[in-house]
Amino acid sequence: MSEKLSADSRCEQTGDEKQDTQEKEAVVPERAEEAKLKAKYPNLGQKPGGSDFLMKRLQKGQKYFDSGDYNMAKAKMKNKQLPTTGPDNNLVTGDHIPTPQDLPPRKSSLVTSKLAGGKNSIPRKDRVLRAEEWTLGGLTLCLLVQ
Amino acid sequence: MAGVAGGGGGGGGNDFQWCFSQVKGAIDEDVAEADIISTVEFNYSGDLLATGDKGGRVVIFQREQENKSRPHSRGEYNVYSTFQSHEPEFDYLKSLEIEEKINKIRWLPQQNAAHFLLSTNDKTIKLWKISERDKRAEGYNLKDEDGRLRDPFRITSLRVPILKPMDLMVEASPRRIFANAHTYHINSISVNSDHETYLSADDLRINLWHLEITDRSFNIVDIKPANMEELTEVITAAEFHPHHCNVFVYSSSKGTIRLCDMRSSALCDRHSKFFEEPEDPSSRSFFSEIISSISDVKFSHSGRYMMTRDYLSVKVWDLNMENRPVETYQVHEYLRSKLCSLYENDCIFDKFECCWNGSDSAIMTGSYNNFFRMFDRNTRRDITLEASRESSKPRAILKPRKVCTGGKRKKDEISVDSLDFNKKILHTAWHPTENIIAVAATNNLYIFQDKIN
Repeated sequence: MSEKLSADSRCEQTGDEKQDTQEKEAVVPERAEEAKLKAKYPNLGQKPGGSDFLMKRLQKGQKYFDSGDYNMAKAKMKNKQLPTTGPDNNLVTGDHIPTPQDLPPRKSSLVTSKLAGGKNSIPRKDRVLRAEEWTLGGLTLCLLVQ
Repeated sequence: MAGVAGGGGGGGGNDFQWCFSQVKGAIDEDVAEADIISTVEFNYSGDLLATGDKGGRVVIFQREQENKSRPHSRGEYNVYSTFQSHEPEFDYLKSLEIEEKINKIRWLPQQNAAHFLLSTNDKTIKLWKISERDKRAEGYNLKDEDGRLRDPFRITSLRVPILKPMDLMVEASPRRIFANAHTYHINSISVNSDHETYLSADDLRINLWHLEITDRSFNIVDIKPANMEELTEVITAAEFHPHHCNVFVYSSSKGTIRLCDMRSSALCDRHSKFFEEPEDPSSRSFFSEIISSISDVKFSHSGRYMMTRDYLSVKVWDLNMENRPVETYQVHEYLRSKLCSLYENDCIFDKFECCWNGSDSAIMTGSYNNFFRMFDRNTRRDITLEASRESSKPRAILKPRKVCTGGKRKKDEISVDSLDFNKKILHTAWHPTENIIAVAATNNLYIFQDKIN
């Protein structure tokens, strides 16, 4: 079934073109882009699209710290300057000693969302509470916190 | 120019235009990361609109009752409740930082005066109860009106506390916390039509929960290979069928969708249906798999169709036909010649969502430069609109936008190279019955309505 492109997209290819010409022309820019990418990063794509990229995605957010490595590196570095961190400081352990600059900035204290405040949003109700519950030995307590 | 309609619950009007209604959020140039909206969802009636952000906060807006003295305000959405749903955590065992970003919010159908929603970050799902309180008890025996305990020896008589009206308060409380069931990052939650269970999906597994039970969940899909080196695809989205409580679908990073039937087996690793559009092998490139990755899957309200969003297009599938979609809509085909730079700046991995209107006659999805696109399935017309402060005068009609790919650029058009790829519209929502849409543009929430009325 050929795609029906709307009359609104005059700047893009029109539906008048035959399907395979359309596909060929669509493919050529993609191949050109691929060539550009391979020119910049010749080692890319040795493995089919998948594994490395997926593994990276699955491990998002993972930070490793090994205190043994840390102390070994510190001992090695006793007489030399502390090494500065490279771009991959999150992936490598032991070879460098984290410095205060490496540490991610402390997340700022939680404040009310700007969607709920400001002159563009009129709070409808007078007060907003958050009720917290604890279960203490089977007895459920409810504390209203403002 | 006639816009694209949904026609609410009735027949499709196709000669109306979208107008600006409201915008929420700060106007600052410097956007704090925490303020970036990460999910938008109307409830079943459309009276409530929930947003979640990267800071783990949920803000719920409520539609005002129509007011005869202000007919033009026609149901504005104003803040109803806001609360901190998730907080940042650190998993010491795995050295993992757990973001507080709200990945998804899903409302439960309303069963009593209170409202319930599920909100989830990467690891933990929470059931929140939002209730109103407009009465308080006064005249306690053991404590004063200001809460201080009374001296028991001074109490000489007993009285019955009485209920008195008070200023309306909206309270949000976490009723259930569903934790520790996901090793990988949760990307979807979906409430079942049985109103008792829901599913949560991460990159490799899908779990089935009962809303009342937090210490157990049942694993229904597991695509983790025995050897992780053999990993070739991940789960990107999952949803329950709107009417059949035994059916759900999940999409993958390879552009395929699997439909599973929980009646056929307890573990749904083997699908009942497999949806994949055949690819022309001669057109394959390095980017093919990446841009075919499905970022969102949504069933139509009718339950007969489902829609998938990949990087460049939206496809509508008939559940009865697995070998190809019945409709394909190009969202921003002009980006095909920019894939190299989009790969370098990681934009090629952006996950756009898509949504249906109430009657399933129109679909909507976002793009870059704060553009969003709507497609009318009946007339085959499409329109590109922009969420911007420039067109935010009350009831201002939105002007259609056009992107010019090459050659002579006309007056109001914008060229592909001028598009701002930092202004992405990933999250949009359409009111379940009316032509009202909510569009999240980074840290601002835009609400648009049709001009009729």
